[in-house]
Amino acid sequence: MDNRHINTEPLWKLFISLMGLLVVACLVLFAYLCLQKPIKNYLNKPTYSHKQLEEMARKRAIQRDKERSENWNLVEKGIHVKTGLKADPNLQVVIGACTSCHSAQLISQNKATRQGWKNMIVWMQQTQGLGDLGANEGIILDYLAKHYAPKETGRRNNLDTEAIEWYILNVEE
Amino acid sequence: MINKRRTFIKQSLQASLLASIGANVVFSKYLPEGINLLGLDHETKSFPGKSDLLTVLNDRPINIETPAHLLNDKLTPNNLFFVRNNGLPPTSIDVDNWTLEISGESAEQTKSYSLQELKSRFENVSYNLTLECGGNGRSEFNPPAKGNQWTTGAVGCVKWTGVRLKDVLNDVGIRSNAVYIGYYGADTHLSGSPDKTSISRGVPIAKALENESMIAWAMNDQDIPLLNGHPLRLVFGGYPASCSGKWLTKIIIRDKVHDGQKMTGKAYRTPCSPVAPGAKVDDKDMCIIEDMPVKSLITYPKTGAVIQQSQKLPIAGHAWTSSDNITKMEYSIDFGMSWKPCVLSESENKYAWQHFEAELTFPEPGYYEVWARATDTEGNTQAMLLPGWNPKGYLNNACHRIAIKVQ
Repeated sequence: MDNRHINTEPLWKLFISLMGLLVVACLVLFAYLCLQKPIKNYLNKPTYSHKQLEEMARKRAIQRDKERSENWNLVEKGIHVKTGLKADPNLQVVIGACTSCHSAQLISQNKATRQGWKNMIVWMQQTQGLGDLGANEGIILDYLAKHYAPKETGRRNNLDTEAIEWYILNVEE
Repeated sequence: MINKRRTFIKQSLQASLLASIGANVVFSKYLPEGINLLGLDHETKSFPGKSDLLTVLNDRPINIETPAHLLNDKLTPNNLFFVRNNGLPPTSIDVDNWTLEISGESAEQTKSYSLQELKSRFENVSYNLTLECGGNGRSEFNPPAKGNQWTTGAVGCVKWTGVRLKDVLNDVGIRSNAVYIGYYGADTHLSGSPDKTSISRGVPIAKALENESMIAWAMNDQDIPLLNGHPLRLVFGGYPASCSGKWLTKIIIRDKVHDGQKMTGKAYRTPCSPVAPGAKVDDKDMCIIEDMPVKSLITYPKTGAVIQQSQKLPIAGHAWTSSDNITKMEYSIDFGMSWKPCVLSESENKYAWQHFEAELTFPEPGYYEVWARATDTEGNTQAMLLPGWNPKGYLNNACHRIAIKVQ
């Protein structure tokens, strides 16, 4: 029996763990080298309170809205954002003739046939100081009759259940 | 004109700052033009003294209506009261030097009163008076009628404080041939032209002499909001609100029907005899609207409520008429097949709206509409369909409807 025989198993285990640690260390080093820049950026990033961040978001939203509303040509979903009127190649003629006296909403909330719109123009000319529209009158009437024509609604419309905002109402019993 | 408008916009921004954040902004006077407070975007949609929850139909001229569920208060708060402007409100108001002139063919003399004189020389009175625009409900007309497309919200009832118009007219002296009174205000025509009057209407002399016909300076014990006629206006309950002239500077006693702006043509007139929808009506066949029809509004709950079938649903609202009183208030949940009574309050005074309440149960889950109808002393009630079509879309008093889902 050789008593000097040394059990090498623990040493091997130790060696393997050391190698494992070395590999992990290498990986960490590699990752650090790769991510050095983002980490640096993160550490140097100024910190803002929740309130400040909200404030900044609000500022950006206002700026965006402002740019949106100041953009004379912006059209979204067929609507000219600045006036709320339906987009059309002849829209500028309508804007020029109508909105120097009244809001564009007075157009967009109304509906009429071509003759009905003509009657309104005549009324504005007779009583409200609107001048002769010349060749623009036909263009304007075409625009209005096309985009703001009446819909047949019968003697009374259904309630617009699509447009209603449904909400849960908890009534105390 | 441009300069004047700019000052008005700046003044109104100051006022709207106050209204929308509910507190005075310290140093707001140092805000450079064009710079807005954070969080106050849509500055153009805010109007002095008016809540942002209102529906803006038109911003030039300013026309704003109140969604039905915001009218639930017994007296409408000033910042929720609708606005119907024909022209541009005055840009500078000097309350200390404001005068009201009374003159006209049928006035014994021409006389002027300062605000202070009105307040001190005549008995001060308060009435709860409902004001409703003649075109309230116009959006439902078919064929459509031109103008602001009011849905249900061009109405409100507040406590008005001022003096009786008849006391002032009698102080001036009314000739026996008097027929009508007409008003003039300090607002300017939309075109900016100083030669044009935006609106100058009035009422028959008998209406002017009613107890509840007022020259008012306060709404709910506060100054009248700028957009509602500060510092002085007429108030006639039961007539189209356009008769109740704002920013009042002059009243003329006429020996004929007043022929001011929006008294003639088709304005605030309906066909003298009933016509078919879409009919062409000559101006000579159009008659001036006087009494407004009986009407009611469900102000609670807001349309679109989803409830459990086990729940009872309370409803509330107001009803008003130009006759003496509302005598009966009913609701239907089966599209008018059957009607059940509501509890109805007494009227504070003539032309005040009355309040109703009821508790509803629903027989089974499904889609329901709650309809409401009022009946007045004279037995007049509300139509379910659109009543008498007229070219300008006035006097729609069809029953109010809200949608409910029961689960």
